[in-house]
Amino acid sequence: MRAFTYERATSTAQAAERAASVSGAKFIAGGTNLLDLMKIEIETPTHLIDVNGLDLARIEPTPDGGLRIGALVRNTDLAADARVRRDYPVLARALLADASPQLRNRATTAGNLLQRTRCPYFYDSDQPCNKRVPGSGCAALAGYRRMHAIVGTSDACIAAHPSDMAVALRVLDATVETIRADGSTRSFPLADLHRLPGSTPHLETTLDAGELVTAVVLPPPAGGVHVYRKVRDRASYAFALVSVALVRQADGSGRVALGGVAPKPWRSEEAEHALASDPTAVVDALLEGARTSPDNAFKVALARRALDAAIADARSVR
Amino acid sequence: MNEYDAVDPSRRDALALGRDLLLAGAAARWAGPTSAHAATTRDPQAPVLAKLTLRVNGEARPLVLDTRTTLLDALREHLHLTGTKKGCDHGQCGACTVIVGGRRINACLSLAVMHDGDDITTIEGLGTPGHLHPMQAAFVRHDAYQCGYCTTGQICSSVAMLEELRRGIPSHAGGDVAAAPTATPDELRERMSGNICRCGAYSNIIDAIAEVAGTRP
Repeated sequence: MRAFTYERATSTAQAAERAASVSGAKFIAGGTNLLDLMKIEIETPTHLIDVNGLDLARIEPTPDGGLRIGALVRNTDLAADARVRRDYPVLARALLADASPQLRNRATTAGNLLQRTRCPYFYDSDQPCNKRVPGSGCAALAGYRRMHAIVGTSDACIAAHPSDMAVALRVLDATVETIRADGSTRSFPLADLHRLPGSTPHLETTLDAGELVTAVVLPPPAGGVHVYRKVRDRASYAFALVSVALVRQADGSGRVALGGVAPKPWRSEEAEHALASDPTAVVDALLEGARTSPDNAFKVALARRALDAAIADARSVR
Repeated sequence: MNEYDAVDPSRRDALALGRDLLLAGAAARWAGPTSAHAATTRDPQAPVLAKLTLRVNGEARPLVLDTRTTLLDALREHLHLTGTKKGCDHGQCGACTVIVGGRRINACLSLAVMHDGDDITTIEGLGTPGHLHPMQAAFVRHDAYQCGYCTTGQICSSVAMLEELRRGIPSHAGGDVAAAPTATPDELRERMSGNICRCGAYSNIIDAIAEVAGTRP
């Protein structure tokens, strides 16, 4: 691990200002992903701004009947919140399908959204990786691609986004609140947080330098039956091959987002209009133009079946 | 001289002392309010020291550590509480599980400097050889280990896990996420999935935990 200086943030504005003005600075909250990457020197911050002391660990109702989730709310606490379990169970289920209990006790809401890919070639500094070293190439394109994305990819990068929580937040139409280095704040749809790789896979989000995520806001409950169906190589503690977040209304309509198939949570509001009449058409529209390899071509059929299974799960709930 | 000399406790102390003296030398920097200034004007490769106090097993333990020191290394290498084990050092195996502020975490994926003032319970704080914690006694009774390397992490994890169950924290194994969870074998297995046992003592581990949970006679 490279040496770094360390400070505790005293306010969100101060943290954002410092992160933008101190060269090599990064925020640290749970640290479960960042520290792991620092140990193998894929992340090499020279200054850490510890945001854990900031007042961002609360879950509060919003005036319109939604829920504001502070950026520092731990994954365990979010999954255990009675309002989340009752009104947004797809979120609780996605969180509980994520990582291990020890990691969920540390990992935060914002950190979960901003975690890096688990592409093994990103982790292996002996291999070329455009995300790690821009312009160096992509070892995954000619490598073993079982876990990789099949849509939203580019010739520069086929890494998948690893979060389950983000897939549920996407299906719930969550918005992200931030504060920037100049002290201004903004709010935007989660759908706009993650970038597709294009020719610049090292740029993963639309956040400005120093911009700090302060909260994720859920709109009022959408009702319906919530299902999070995750298919993985082990029964627990593994990343998704394919996951489905489903909010299904009594008439069969609803919303669906896929995980494990793309560089960001994958949803199409247009495609899901067909959910009640032809669920397979929804998956086919979502995965149209999929670029697969023999290692991960199964993901297309698996996504169709996972959605069918999720709908069956939803139907079994009365 | 054989390999075992390297783990002699007195030699471990000598090595640690030598390293601390080295780190405290002129090349080191201090973390703190002025650290960002230092970051821009001093050698970026020089170690940075931080003063902190961990409250470990009820005792205040002041330390001066390189900011890079994980909580796990602080416990093992600086406080010599070697009951907490380093397995993968990447948050995948759970051997380093300790209880911080009542919650189980991977000590390898947390910086010691982030835990200034925190209450930390390690295996040494759960019980003593003459007065075992009920979970330790149950692990012995059920032969819930083979090599024993993962055992301290399994025990710290399971003690905190039963507290999570008592507080009603749900898990992936539950049918209705809004319902209060119970200590079924499926729940216990799912909730212990962050602790790997390469000997495969899982069935006895679950038996031991179930006994303490009161779901097994």
